[in-house]
Amino acid sequence: MHSLLTRFKRSSEAYLTAVILLLVVVFGVLTPDFLTLGNWFDLVESYSVTAILAIGLFVVLVTGGIDISFAATASVAQYLAAYAAIRLNMPAPVVLLIGAVTGTLLGCLNAVLIDRLRATAIIITISTMSVYFALLMYFTSGKSIYGLPGWWSDSMVLFEMTTGPDQSVRLTLPIVVMIVVAVGTAFIMNRTSLGRQLYAMGGNPEAARRVGVSLSTMQWFAYGYLGLLAGIAGLLQAHRVGESVPNAMIGGELNVVAAAVLGGASLLGGIGSVSGVVLGILLLAILRNGLNLMGVSPYFFQIVIGTILLASTGITGLSLRRRRVAEA
Amino acid sequence: MSQANEPKASTMMPAEPPADRLRELFHLCRSSGNTGLLALLGVLFLTFSLYLPGRFATHDTLVSMMFQLPELGLLALAMLFPLLSGGFNLAIIATTNMGALIMAWIMTSYIDSTGSNAGLIVLLALVAGFLACLLVGAITGYLVATLNTHPILVTLGTMSIINGTCVWLTRGKPIAGFPEVLQSVGNAIFLGIPLPFWLFVAATVAVGLLLSRTRFGISVYMVGSNLEATRYSGINTRNVLIGIYTASSVLCWCAAILMMARFNSASAGYAASYLLITVLAAILGGVDPNGGFGKVSGLFIALLVLQVISSGLNLLGVNTQLTQATWGGTMIAVMLVRYLIARFGLFKPRRAVAKSAPGA
Repeated sequence: MHSLLTRFKRSSEAYLTAVILLLVVVFGVLTPDFLTLGNWFDLVESYSVTAILAIGLFVVLVTGGIDISFAATASVAQYLAAYAAIRLNMPAPVVLLIGAVTGTLLGCLNAVLIDRLRATAIIITISTMSVYFALLMYFTSGKSIYGLPGWWSDSMVLFEMTTGPDQSVRLTLPIVVMIVVAVGTAFIMNRTSLGRQLYAMGGNPEAARRVGVSLSTMQWFAYGYLGLLAGIAGLLQAHRVGESVPNAMIGGELNVVAAAVLGGASLLGGIGSVSGVVLGILLLAILRNGLNLMGVSPYFFQIVIGTILLASTGITGLSLRRRRVAEA
Repeated sequence: MSQANEPKASTMMPAEPPADRLRELFHLCRSSGNTGLLALLGVLFLTFSLYLPGRFATHDTLVSMMFQLPELGLLALAMLFPLLSGGFNLAIIATTNMGALIMAWIMTSYIDSTGSNAGLIVLLALVAGFLACLLVGAITGYLVATLNTHPILVTLGTMSIINGTCVWLTRGKPIAGFPEVLQSVGNAIFLGIPLPFWLFVAATVAVGLLLSRTRFGISVYMVGSNLEATRYSGINTRNVLIGIYTASSVLCWCAAILMMARFNSASAGYAASYLLITVLAAILGGVDPNGGFGKVSGLFIALLVLQVISSGLNLLGVNTQLTQATWGGTMIAVMLVRYLIARFGLFKPRRAVAKSAPGA
């Protein structure tokens, strides 16, 4: 019983689930609109892009690295794809490939620099972020690309169900992509040798190296994978808004970091899970939606995020210290 | 041990090939720390001067550079303290804007229409802003010391809270229209050099003295090198961390005054793009992002390098965005050169020196 309780306390997924359930009850009682299925699906869709980015960042965080440049990467990939589609009239598969490949390549460039220059990841990715974004703004002069082709921007509903008068549940493309990405990443991280090597590297790089893990390969994979997911997120974001705005995705980087950390990832690497990250995103989404439905100013939301981040990291940090003191 | 490898070193000094002598000279220069950066600064300055005759190396350009540099400079100093301790303060911009908004609010609300009490109210506003920044810094430092979490996360949290509160209370709108006294600080020229630059130099010297000549300064470096070891050596690391983040916040207060004086307005959204550039400036100046190493002089020269690049490109008519790309590019290029030097021993010190280091 005791061990079960401590294990429950230690798992951030359990924590998050409890907090989410509590919030659902509170918001459900306070606002009648909250507990409708339609609202939930809209909620998940509006956070799908952030979730995909957070899952990609999570993989990098597991190795003990960090990446600030993913939003810039996503913007570049999105813009290049939109350019290929509109100005060069390329077919859909080529356009999608351009988006995904651009993202992966920019991610791999981060990996090369971090691995070869032996520099801190945060410094390299701050630099590449400023380079990627500034070059994008320079070449596009900040101009948006409007009128994406129909195959790209038309809303894709894969499943629809009416749940009542004026109410329907719609399973849209972003939700499906998000689920596929989450399940795929969870599979890689938990069921493949590659995933376990990533955890090993984050836990103790030197130990991992000595048992034969190639740290370079791990970095290539982690940053390349985040780049790929950033490319996909860029394509999806354009799908949702129907245009490509060069600076639309910039500025939200730190919120994605917050979401990943909230879900149990550590900046020191080695811990966390995809389900935790998804729950972290869900927590943020529910809070925003609930506060919104209650009529709280959206400006207030940032204060709430900050408080939750401090509280959750604080609890983790303090319990770590207490455990260490208890063991000593 | 090294004599077998290099018998020439002591006996045939005069006949040394020029390449070797160059290497020695370079090694000598390197030991003073900032030579590479100074050389970069010199090369950039000369290039722009030759490329833009009569336009770059002029009094006007230099003065305008000295007006532009201090804001980023003070913010970079604010980032320096946490970086030296192996931490990070993502809240510097939020703190700066908060200080500016508090001072702006007091100045615009309590000065009567005749302006007779302007002096008193400005003083009051400055004190209030100072106290607010002091408080934010002390709380941040306390949280970093007690929460046992990475400072990036702690300051990400405080940044969100401070920024959110400012945006929430002001609805994102700027507060504008300050008394003459304050505006004159932003435009005044004293002894041919802009007042903001004097303030920045004074702050740099003060920070330099604080870091190198005081017990607190040495403790900052020690905390950055090894927190646990510092604790066991009898230093109250909690107080040092509180001091680090308080110093950082107080420098934000200085930056806030300058920004108010220069823009004649305050807003929750100003200077957001400076946040990560301050980190670049510090790293470019030789600060170790893992903490423990770095000098104010290096940071100062790095800031000059960034300013020369941005002013020079501006005069050449290069787009602002492209200029920002060169800042990130400069960072990567400098790291690349450092890597190549280490990898291929282009300017490596004598083998004997290199060899004895790991074995010792």
